Amino acid sequence: MTVVSVPDAGTSPAGLTRRTRVLRRLRRNPLAVVSFTVLAIAVLIAVLAPWIAPYSVEQTDFTNIFSPPGTPGHLLGTDDLGRDVLSRIMLGARASLEVGFLAVLTSLVVGVPLGLAAGYFGKLDAVIGRFTDLLLAFPFLILAVGLAAIRGASLGNAAVAIGIAQIPGVIRVIRSDTLRLKSLDFVAAAVVDGASDLWVLVRHILPNATSVILVQATVALPAAILAEAVLSFLGLGIQPPDPSLGTMLATAQQFATQAPWAATFPGLAIMVLALTFNVFGDALRDALDPKGDR
Amino acid sequence: MPRYLLTRAWHSALTLVLATIVVFLGIRALPGDPALSLAGEDRSPEALAAIRAEYGLDQPMIVQFGRYVERALHGDFGTSIRTGLPVSDMIRTALPVTIELSALAILIATVLGVGAGVVAAVRRGRPAEWVANGLALIGLSVPHFWLGLLAILYLSVATGLFPASGFVPFTEDPIGNLHHIILPAVILGTGLAAIIMRQTRSAMLDSLSADYVRTAKAKGLSPRAVIGRHALRNSLIVVVTIVGLQLGGLISGAVVTESIFGLPGFGKMTIDAVFQRDYPVIQAVILLTATAYIVINFLVDLLYSVIDPRIRVAGEAA
Repeated sequence: MTVVSVPDAGTSPAGLTRRTRVLRRLRRNPLAVVSFTVLAIAVLIAVLAPWIAPYSVEQTDFTNIFSPPGTPGHLLGTDDLGRDVLSRIMLGARASLEVGFLAVLTSLVVGVPLGLAAGYFGKLDAVIGRFTDLLLAFPFLILAVGLAAIRGASLGNAAVAIGIAQIPGVIRVIRSDTLRLKSLDFVAAAVVDGASDLWVLVRHILPNATSVILVQATVALPAAILAEAVLSFLGLGIQPPDPSLGTMLATAQQFATQAPWAATFPGLAIMVLALTFNVFGDALRDALDPKGDR
Repeated sequence: MPRYLLTRAWHSALTLVLATIVVFLGIRALPGDPALSLAGEDRSPEALAAIRAEYGLDQPMIVQFGRYVERALHGDFGTSIRTGLPVSDMIRTALPVTIELSALAILIATVLGVGAGVVAAVRRGRPAEWVANGLALIGLSVPHFWLGLLAILYLSVATGLFPASGFVPFTEDPIGNLHHIILPAVILGTGLAAIIMRQTRSAMLDSLSADYVRTAKAKGLSPRAVIGRHALRNSLIVVVTIVGLQLGGLISGAVVTESIFGLPGFGKMTIDAVFQRDYPVIQAVILLTATAYIVINFLVDLLYSVIDPRIRVAGEAA
């Protein structure tokens, strides 16, 4: 992509591009490095889970029910059907990430164009504002309840419900960034130059809004992962026997006193995923903050 | 009434109408004949005909919608398929539980969040800030229903300090009521506390470097007075804003918390309704949640302009 008229991409006195400076700041922040490493490992495990999980997720072993953690062959123990907890966590994490990415993608695909339009075209602002108000009135769980009633509970519907609930947040941040960029000289110059509105939006405003979009995505992703866990826990998301960290906890709840580990590790996995995304998101936001450009 | 509030009132009313239309169309989007969905077990032709007449399902859409709104305004949401009780009666028993749980959670979150936020801002760069920041990050990242599960497992079952589930109405036994609801309220409040903490911290950092705080310091006020009287007052706005914005999350959280702790509230009623395909209850729940969200956020805006006159002025200038 050739971006000519992007002021942010100009070089600093040190002769470094903005991207290099952001990456350098990230590398110097130990929290960013640690969280990124953990995330990379988690994503790798999740992607490769079907091949590297020690057991198949549906493989039951009724002679080996509720084995405690550390049992030879079952590092994190087994559940009520003798299934390997570690293997199910690996595949559950995969499903969590899948729903998380799908939800965030949904919210960006709908929210970014609406946010750009609301910020750029004054006339559309009020209409899109009312649409945002309307979406906000339906919390994600209520949306999921409605969708489950109409279309049945599934991974896809959970992702859609979470994604729809995240659209207002996307519209808000993109709108305010568009308002800011619209008032800058280089946009005015492009307009004077005879550029169409669409051209200005796609070639000038959108590339400059990428850092805002990136930060929004890192905030939304852990929230979506937590939301998926809630929906699956309640039975409104991924359906058994498909592994999901939320459904694992729902089953484990019934046997919590016999097998506390089955109720502990899946939750810990959700927390580690969400925590590392949140830590990395914070670091990324700090690194992208122009106040640090010196 | 100032113009700003008039605009807000008009927007809220419009959103309410749109939300009602969405819910109404949602029921029509249910798979199959709505009369069948509403009838439940009794699917005799007579029962179906009675339902069609009652809901006006044989009438044009616009008439159906009019009748729907009229019934909703009278608090008539039909009869629950599962229990056979009027939906409005079920809501009347369930709602107080959820309101008590949420109010207590907001109270706990405010005390913890504002306290930790102030400490983090005042003790900037010290261990106290790192601890507060770390706790807030964990609060944002932990699945609360899992925290609830662990609390039941390690606090209720293991020590017997708290009941693991169940509920006693406040009017019957106030102490027993608090005993049952305090643990769920703490669990529900942790996520909100984390968000309030982070916002309070950054608002405090901003105001601590503001001119009026420097003036207050320069005229010899004690640090305690500066923080308490000047800087902290602004964080009140932060809390009010967040509670308004996070209301959706709070409602979702209450649903899960109630299911885990077996509290007979709005949330548990909702989840039971989904699995029983109790459509009259589901639509009432969705419509009421949306209404509550819109009305409470309007009230938050009202409160806002009372606390901070600048918002009123800025809104009128726009």
